[in-house]
Amino acid sequence: MAKAMEGKGGGPAQKLAELTDRVQGSQAWGSIFRPGSIFRKGYTDSPRNRSYVIMNSVLYHLHPVKVKRHAVKVSYTLCLGGLSFFLFILLTVTGIFLMFFYRPEATSAWNDIYRLQTSVAFGLLVRNMHRWAAHLMVLSVFLHMARVFYHGAYKPPREFNWVIGVILLTLTLLLSFTGYLLPWDQLALWAVTVGTNMMGYTPVFGNQVRFALLGGAEIGTDTLLRWYVLHVLMLPFVIVIFMAVHFWRVRKDGGISGPL
Amino acid sequence: MTEIPEHLRKRAEEARKKAAGAAASSGDAPAPAAPEGGSGGGEAESKIPAHLLERARKAREKASGGGDEGGGVTTAAPAAAAAGGTATAVATAAPPVAAGPGGHTQRLLTVVKSGSIQDVKATPQDKVHVWPHLLAIEFVASLLCLAFLLVFSIFVNAPLQVLANPNLTPNPSKAPWYFLGLQELLTMFHPMVAGVTIPGIGLFALILAPYTDRNPSNKPEDRKFAISIFTVFLMFWAVLVIIGSFFRGPGFNFVFPWQSGLFFDL
Repeated sequence: MAKAMEGKGGGPAQKLAELTDRVQGSQAWGSIFRPGSIFRKGYTDSPRNRSYVIMNSVLYHLHPVKVKRHAVKVSYTLCLGGLSFFLFILLTVTGIFLMFFYRPEATSAWNDIYRLQTSVAFGLLVRNMHRWAAHLMVLSVFLHMARVFYHGAYKPPREFNWVIGVILLTLTLLLSFTGYLLPWDQLALWAVTVGTNMMGYTPVFGNQVRFALLGGAEIGTDTLLRWYVLHVLMLPFVIVIFMAVHFWRVRKDGGISGPL
Repeated sequence: MTEIPEHLRKRAEEARKKAAGAAASSGDAPAPAAPEGGSGGGEAESKIPAHLLERARKAREKASGGGDEGGGVTTAAPAAAAAGGTATAVATAAPPVAAGPGGHTQRLLTVVKSGSIQDVKATPQDKVHVWPHLLAIEFVASLLCLAFLLVFSIFVNAPLQVLANPNLTPNPSKAPWYFLGLQELLTMFHPMVAGVTIPGIGLFALILAPYTDRNPSNKPEDRKFAISIFTVFLMFWAVLVIIGSFFRGPGFNFVFPWQSGLFFDL
């Protein structure tokens, strides 16, 4: 009551401050933002709160509370692993947008892409972003591997995480390659024809491998459906599992490798 | 090695000084404690059953009679300790329940530094909080990446050629850029070697790298061989991809891009 009386004397700024105070002090607000959240009432920059920021966030607690000082040097990691992950998230978001406008059938696929580019708001932009982010991700994963090798970061105890990393590189290439077919234009069809012809030369059961991949003897509407499901569901599912193990092992193996 | 915190060390020093001062004026210090200890001892005496007191007295007599017997020492020692500075006749007679100087029933005998009894293997590391140090960097990096992609996507369109036509083979037909190294190998080797054997061996060699490289050092000067091999490996693929992307024209024949133009789509 006394506070409200004082509030009357103050200007709108004080009223706003009072409102903020009341909202941040409410039970609902406190239940949403866990201790240490910078949106919580009375957040101050203390070591305790800095730890809480990480511990009480589902996203940030991928990280430990503290890392070695050299680990935050941009010149050491060049952020390549993190950027690969960021690009994966970006590809997921833009990919979901594209899925709303796309049917994986030989008769409609190209038209859907064309319609997306010409008559859907931001359709062209989002498709461009999806395409360039995919190329960029292949590049960043590749450079990340080079960085890890040159730092000798695959050495014990990190051998197995390197193996998982090679699997992730392969999965990234497969994701990019399966997506390549989906626009169903001349570029897609013939790039995939060249690529899958090479797989047909696998010894002993080469033709079977090719048949299973294409869903037939030739690239057609069955191939499109097959690669669509691989691209939007199966490979992302598999790569997320491997990424989870990859990130978890980074921490279990003692954080990122030491300085040279 | 753990250091004793500054404030605790100071407190201990002060206490030590105080104790030294008390010892210097030895006549004074015990005096105020004496009546307390005396009365406390008296009270305790009154509360202890007579037969127990009798037993204690007998044991003490036996101990003093038996000389340096182990049992005697242990029973006598607490009594002496309890009596503390107030070595009055009453206190000596009392069983070991009396308080020490200042009424404390316990006292600090010594501080054992952790290093002297524990072998601490982990050396302290220079660490920083992830928030804000690492999260801020990651946030900026992802923002820059997003900004670059957004601007690039505004100005450069993803290719969309004419509808796929299985009866019309474009010339040249090229795989996606990351497979162009393999396609380049196709010009030199049998398809099985170029498309399966070489990439298979490459992938296998990559997976086995940590198990074949037994050198424990990660310093560049100690790993000249590993670094050379890997650089050759990277350059091999990079050169093949670049040749396949930019220097291959119709019929996948070698061309110069500045003469015949680009035959390359992303």
